[in-house]
Amino acid sequence: MHKIKKGALYVFLAAVSVWFVLPILWLLLTPFSKEPSLGLSLTAPTLKNFFELSHAATALAAFKNSAIISVSSVLIVVVLSSLASYALSRSNFPGKQLLITLLLIFSSVVTGVAAMVPVYALCQKLGLIDSYLAVVLVFSAGFLPTAIFILKDFIDRVPRAYEEAALVDGSRGIDLYFHIVFPLMGPGLAVVAVLCFVNIWSNFLVPFVLIRSNAKIPISVAIYQFFNEVGLPRIGLISAYSLLYALPVLLVYLWVSKKYGFGFFGGLKG
Amino acid sequence: MDSSQSFLSKKSIAAFLAPALILIAVFLIFPAFWVLYLGLTDQALTGVKAVMPSFTGLGNFSRAFHDRFFYNALKVSFIFVFGSAWLGQALLGLVLAVLLYEMKSRWRAVVNGAAVLAWIIPEVVVAYLWIAFLDKDFGMLNQMIALIGIDKVNWLYNHPILSIIVFNTWRGTAFSLLLFTSALETIPPSYIESAKVMGAGLWRRFFEVVLPQIRAILLTDLILITLWTFNVFTPFLLTGGGPSFKSEILPIYIWRTSFKYFKLGYGSAVSTTLLLINFAFALLYLLAQRKAKHA
Repeated sequence: MHKIKKGALYVFLAAVSVWFVLPILWLLLTPFSKEPSLGLSLTAPTLKNFFELSHAATALAAFKNSAIISVSSVLIVVVLSSLASYALSRSNFPGKQLLITLLLIFSSVVTGVAAMVPVYALCQKLGLIDSYLAVVLVFSAGFLPTAIFILKDFIDRVPRAYEEAALVDGSRGIDLYFHIVFPLMGPGLAVVAVLCFVNIWSNFLVPFVLIRSNAKIPISVAIYQFFNEVGLPRIGLISAYSLLYALPVLLVYLWVSKKYGFGFFGGLKG
Repeated sequence: MDSSQSFLSKKSIAAFLAPALILIAVFLIFPAFWVLYLGLTDQALTGVKAVMPSFTGLGNFSRAFHDRFFYNALKVSFIFVFGSAWLGQALLGLVLAVLLYEMKSRWRAVVNGAAVLAWIIPEVVVAYLWIAFLDKDFGMLNQMIALIGIDKVNWLYNHPILSIIVFNTWRGTAFSLLLFTSALETIPPSYIESAKVMGAGLWRRFFEVVLPQIRAILLTDLILITLWTFNVFTPFLLTGGGPSFKSEILPIYIWRTSFKYFKLGYGSAVSTTLLLINFAFALLYLLAQRKAKHA
């Protein structure tokens, strides 16, 4: 009886694992298939789908657009959140706790979905519709609170001895920050940068709503358009494009799970 | 040395905080309040009403209460949240975490690894993967059920809500799974061992030993994934809300009224509903955290 039960458990776990893996397996195999289809098609591997992709001008421009948007947003978030979290960690002013609570509430209440209408209207008033800047500013504001919380937790645990020593040497304010604090924050900043990059690189809704012209769309919107306009006949092209698009995220996944284990991802998304 | 003041002058503190806070105030907090005002106007996406909207009072709100599409979107959203967040992600995550914990095998890395992968791949890609997976003629799901003699099913067309629920369970179970896995590790092994010695089976060990220990985490998980699932836009990429609005969750309805039918004012009124739902769950979250701290 006990053995039957255990066998059933293994079957259940195997079924769930297969269910999780099958769609992803398709993503890994189809781009290299000679006859790409919506089912799994195993042929001798070929790179023809990727060659075909290299002739698609919109697809290549979208890579550039995604890179511009993600990298600028990550830079803004990293610099501004490290400044703000340092000030929050090493000071005590009236209303500090209230400020942190308000940030926590607003960052979870005002999601991209709930705010797409007023954010669009705001960007329209500011003349920012169809610009990288609109998308970059909206992303940065959206991720800053989370970045500040992560970094503040991190700095709270960094001993103050270094800063005290620098203080004796006469460093103050921005000097102290750039020479002592910023380098100390390295590992925390890396976490924030990775988290922020993965989320912004993957986001669809914000550029979908704010960017109009095809020359400026990032990959997420480009894939959506390909799929809707060209549709299923170009399976090879779309799957190759999707795999290249997912590649940075997959590399982050491999690196993080090797270095920190899967548990690390629990703190990352949302 | 009591140093909390001495590293940074008051001026520096303000200068360090200002850039981040200004950006957050303009692009995150201001929109949340402005949407309340926009909801009171007939603001449009283009045309005269885009430049000079007029004030219409509570017209949009009273209209929403008579709008069958609004009720449909609310209903579909609640089914979607109940099915994919509660029955799907939370329950499946809990079952998997407990089983893997009890078995202590290398399956844990396999299942966790696959779930996390499904969770972090960009949403446009996973949507496309699932369109392929669920395809009527070539999709892997229909090919597999054909092996046991079941006819082809047009999943996205005939079972749109079920499709997006199963999809979103696949997509998001990783969070609950990881959360419960780390919660289980905080239970002293002696508790489980002594329950085993006393002859308690898997079910009794779960209800009498494990569950009381992870109750607070379970509550936190439910609050967070409920909030997030109300705000998921990915089903739009799978079904576009159709066929004939059957899978139109609230976020898709907001997009449709505002950006397809150009009614930003009315879209704002509907957005307010979602903001209120989010606000309620954010408060619940804070209360739960506070309670956990004091307990």
